[in-house]
Amino acid sequence: MGYLVAAYLVFWGVTFFYVLYLLRRQRALEERIARLRARFNPEEGEERDELR
Amino acid sequence: MRAWERIWLGATIALMILATLAVFLYAPREAKMGDVQRIFYFHISTAWSGFLAFAVALIGAIAYLRTRSARWDQLSHAAVEVGLVLLTMAIVTGSLWARPVWNTWWTWDPRLTTTTITWVVYLAHLLLRNAVENPETRARFAAVYAIVAFVTVPITYLSARLLRTIHPIVLGPSVSSEAQGQFGLTPRMVHTMVLSLIAWTLLFSVLLWMRYRVQRAQETLEGIEAAAEEA
Repeated sequence: MGYLVAAYLVFWGVTFFYVLYLLRRQRALEERIARLRARFNPEEGEERDELR
Repeated sequence: MRAWERIWLGATIALMILATLAVFLYAPREAKMGDVQRIFYFHISTAWSGFLAFAVALIGAIAYLRTRSARWDQLSHAAVEVGLVLLTMAIVTGSLWARPVWNTWWTWDPRLTTTTITWVVYLAHLLLRNAVENPETRARFAAVYAIVAFVTVPITYLSARLLRTIHPIVLGPSVSSEAQGQFGLTPRMVHTMVLSLIAWTLLFSVLLWMRYRVQRAQETLEGIEAAAEEA
């Protein structure tokens, strides 16, 4: 029974941590993209002003 | 999260719970091996999902070489990583089953050896891909590698069917008389096995979708950063 429990713990443990890792990575990337886009937005605003 | 993603995720979680309950409560206790035989449902399902992931990586690689669309490369890369995670689980759960049944954690049997080769080949794929800096060269290299690497999948599948091995063949006939831990499937075992395979395939699709989205976000970021440097 010990081996069975260990196998199931390995499966659920690995799945849980892999999903957690993917969610954290996704969130970190989205935050970085949002920061970069926000940094570029004022410049885009200035360009629009110049065109006017 | 969009509505269809919620439905997809909900169905996956529900089926995973159902499959786990079936493994413990519905499937009968195997006469010779006892409860440890129940590892078989997880072991086969993770191995199947892992090989399915490598097949998706192959399709993505071929599609990339035909279309040169970055999306196919991203899908192929995501599939390799998810496949490696699943194959690692299959190896570990197999080893946990082998200890009480074969009286050893590991043996260099043809099936175990070819599985290890597959694992190493795909691990090298991830490492080598990340070492190439130019995005186009990286994608082309990864595609060609994924196509060549897939050769290891049928070899692994056939190794236990064509060679003398102690690894049991539960689905289909075995030519090896040395197989240890062989058992016949009862109808309830078949139901549980089919349910597990469906549940794990769905889990694989969810993991693949999540990993693909990460890869897309990563490459979008790289594109923005490259544009920022040029500007």
